[in-house]
Amino acid sequence: MTFQAISESVSLWTLPAAILFIVVFGAWRRVPMYESFVAGAKEGFDVAVMIIPYLVAILLAIKIFMASGIFEDIKMLAEWCLQGTSFERFAPTFDLLPMAFACPLSGSGARGVMLEIFDEHGPDSFLGQTASLMRGSTETTFYVLTLYFGAVNISKIRHTLSACLLADAAGIVASIVIGFLLFGNLIAG
Amino acid sequence: MLNKVWFGLVLVGVLYGFGKGALLTAFPQLRPAAVDQLAEDRADEAAAADEQDAAADESTPLATIGRKLNDAVFDAAKVSVEIVITLIGAMALWLGVLRIAKDAGLVDALARLLRPALRFLFPDVPDGHPAQGAMLMNIAANMLGLDNAATPMGLKAMKELQTLNPRPDTATNAQAMFLAINTSSVTLIPFTIIAYRKAAHSATPESPIFGILLATTVSTTVAILAAKWLAKRPRYAVDAPSDAPAIDEEAPQS
Repeated sequence: MTFQAISESVSLWTLPAAILFIVVFGAWRRVPMYESFVAGAKEGFDVAVMIIPYLVAILLAIKIFMASGIFEDIKMLAEWCLQGTSFERFAPTFDLLPMAFACPLSGSGARGVMLEIFDEHGPDSFLGQTASLMRGSTETTFYVLTLYFGAVNISKIRHTLSACLLADAAGIVASIVIGFLLFGNLIAG
Repeated sequence: MLNKVWFGLVLVGVLYGFGKGALLTAFPQLRPAAVDQLAEDRADEAAAADEQDAAADESTPLATIGRKLNDAVFDAAKVSVEIVITLIGAMALWLGVLRIAKDAGLVDALARLLRPALRFLFPDVPDGHPAQGAMLMNIAANMLGLDNAATPMGLKAMKELQTLNPRPDTATNAQAMFLAINTSSVTLIPFTIIAYRKAAHSATPESPIFGILLATTVSTTVAILAAKWLAKRPRYAVDAPSDAPAIDEEAPQS
């Protein structure tokens, strides 16, 4: 079996195996399973409905921001700055800029940028690999923060956003450095 | 702080979009090729929809960007409800399963096993508190890349942490630490990325696994250190004014 086949099987069997394990363990401990499940599920329903306003609020701001196209323009500006200099061959690297900005903001945005990079440069190129690293080492911080704090009605979030954004920045810088170290030999020119 | 970020995103988005559209309409020679392409795509779509053909043909950049913003606004409302509809089922399912695991003593056993780590990360959460188990389940689901299982358990963890919160409108150190770890994305096997790479005909879809593991270790380490360090700074003290102006400069896009 190839690694790919193994990883696919693992991903598909993780959930059923986990559920089976929990249920068997519960049976062994004589838990009233059906009642337990329903009690937990009811709680889940309430939380899900409660978070709608928070979701609408944050998605509105993020989507407007993404739709203005500011990320692509930053990229073009950066490329334009390099034009004519001896660093011009690095210009394609700036395709990673919108990726870096989109990662903490929007899951669908970051996915879109990543697929665009795959499309243009190929998933196995330096840019494709580095974009994969970025996507893999960051989360959509703003979305998660609003969702999680919204669920418990917290408005004063203190240092949470700063800490999360520092971590995202570290993840993006680490992705670029690791990308150069592992896949730098793939840079054309 | 969220207030300012929110305001900043909306303000920059609308004003930038308007400024760009107005500028490109007034000085068409500035138009980069990409915008033309976009306008063409839009015009094609509009024509296909049999909608104001003539107007769409000479759609200005201003109108094009305006239409994008319009779509974004309605999209936000629609997508939120779609997310929650999917989430209702997942929440009910996973909190149900989690309850069985909890009643069977499985979650507590796991928490006991990882107690030293939990004590270091969340010193304010007493041993044996249900928040410990919920946080562990969320982190475990995240590590395995099970996104739709991770969210319900994470929200549950926040609720449990909230029971320890003396000021219900202000985040505790434990909540900040939990979210910092959560958003720095501890992933062992990034199944979704592998799937996207495979879909893009990658010869080696799983090749970034090792790099992602390294990068996510870096970001999680920074997250933990940052949350520990920032929690002690006077600017972020529990009774500090919530929207301290000093936070402003790093708000929207860092």
